[in-house]
Amino acid sequence: MNARVLDRGLVYGSAAVLAVWALIPLYLIAISAFTPQANVSDYPKPLFPSSVSAATIQLFLESSGVVPAMLNSIVVALLTVVVGLVLGAPAAYALARFRFRGRAAFRAVVLVTKMFPIAILAIPLAAIFVRLGLYDNLISVALVHSAMALPFVILIVGGVFVALPHDLEDAAETLGCGRWGAFRRVALPPAVPGLAAAAIFAFVVSWNEVFAASILTVRTRTLPAQVLASLSTSPLALKFIAAFFMVLPAVVFIILIRRYLRTVWGSR
Amino acid sequence: MHTRTARLLPFTLVLPAMAFLAVLILIPLAQALFLAFAADSSGFTLDNFRRMFADANFSDAWRNTFLLLLLIVPLQVALALAIALLVNSRFRGHRWFFLIYTIPLAVSDLAAGLLWLAAFTERGYLNSVLQSAGVISQPVLWLAFDNFGGLIAAIVIAESWRTTAMVLLVLLAGLELIPRELSETAELFGAGRLRRLVHVVLPLLRPSLQSALMIRTIFAFQTFAVVFALAGRNLPVLAGEAYSWYATNQDERIAAAYGVVVVALSIAAIIVYLRLLGTREPEVQR
Repeated sequence: MNARVLDRGLVYGSAAVLAVWALIPLYLIAISAFTPQANVSDYPKPLFPSSVSAATIQLFLESSGVVPAMLNSIVVALLTVVVGLVLGAPAAYALARFRFRGRAAFRAVVLVTKMFPIAILAIPLAAIFVRLGLYDNLISVALVHSAMALPFVILIVGGVFVALPHDLEDAAETLGCGRWGAFRRVALPPAVPGLAAAAIFAFVVSWNEVFAASILTVRTRTLPAQVLASLSTSPLALKFIAAFFMVLPAVVFIILIRRYLRTVWGSR
Repeated sequence: MHTRTARLLPFTLVLPAMAFLAVLILIPLAQALFLAFAADSSGFTLDNFRRMFADANFSDAWRNTFLLLLLIVPLQVALALAIALLVNSRFRGHRWFFLIYTIPLAVSDLAAGLLWLAAFTERGYLNSVLQSAGVISQPVLWLAFDNFGGLIAAIVIAESWRTTAMVLLVLLAGLELIPRELSETAELFGAGRLRRLVHVVLPLLRPSLQSALMIRTIFAFQTFAVVFALAGRNLPVLAGEAYSWYATNQDERIAAAYGVVVVALSIAAIIVYLRLLGTREPEVQR
């Protein structure tokens, strides 16, 4: 009995320590972001601040380029979602539903591109985009982000379609729905949450990406590219608020799609 | 049913994605090689690589990239394994804790660097806590340009914090494939917790451990924003040099040469990874 109590204490003790480890940087950035201007350079800083204020955040949002950069980030991320789903969802469906020549090879391509350093390729791509007149353009950034997000979209959506029984769709097809009708009426509806999760994951991939976005733009910066470019010049307080704004939506989104995270990283 | 269109359907569905990836990976890859070997006037040369090797930062970038890799990867695989075993014990409330452990997955490398900068900067929270506790009497400059150990430690902590969740998901998926009966049987025969881990769980988890190691190794070659956020250019790494040569020094050929090095290292790691994968999943190898 005593051993079991000790055991449980150990389990919850270590679980709690690990939870603190996972959460503490997020807590620190939140209290940094809400530090009143007057207390920004206080030392030692209290771990539990007595006063909070959004005034520094307001200053950040009013400083030039921040709001346009956020809008650019959102536009690029939405483009990434559209391209990723339009290209990725049909491919994922085919992978999950059909046995065809080259299927295994395509699966291997998906798994390899998941790890391939696509962002580094932004350097040679920049020269190509200059020639195409797409340099310093959000479309070029979105294209690279789509290539990065595509394998993840295929894995998430593929996982969803694999889990759905095929019999119903086949039955609907034989009963006169046709191939497309059977897909639209039977296979698609239960897959919608998975498609939404894939869209959110693609959004986060793009929202977080900094290397390609920095290389491919000069004035049309996304938020991370803007933050990276001003790392050596901007004051600490503003860096922390920028980090807070980069992290907040991504964390919310990841919590929303928690059920699908295992498909992304668990599948080999 | 077996009409021509029905047979072509899967290819029609897969083709756009394949073509897109081919265009966005193979063309820039060829262009990268072209740029990296391009001479000033015309023709090809090894000059860009010679200049890259001669650059004062190159050997540092090479050393730092591998030093970080060797410190971060084993540390976070061990940490992720511990967390995966804990979560897989399915204690009451393990789902909530698991959710918390996966949150850092959402944080980008740049943001992770800035998060930990709030802790490690001169008037940051680490110094604040230490000073309030009376451990130090004045702020320690953890991230000073000449404090190599401090810079490395900060980057190792930030990167381990950010990417351990990824390894955790890989290992947990592997753990869930191991039938519980095996461990229970071993327990019945008197095997203690450590022996069950070493002789039953770890051998069966080997494929997952291998993939986790490879994925993290490949990503480690791309480390740069977390380093920039914490150390600026005081601690050169390969991907960071590629960025600086492009954005700051505006020499796309040297940048491309660095890019070729990163891509070559990644491809080498991927080949090793596929070899390992191929031995247990013949389907993919075909």
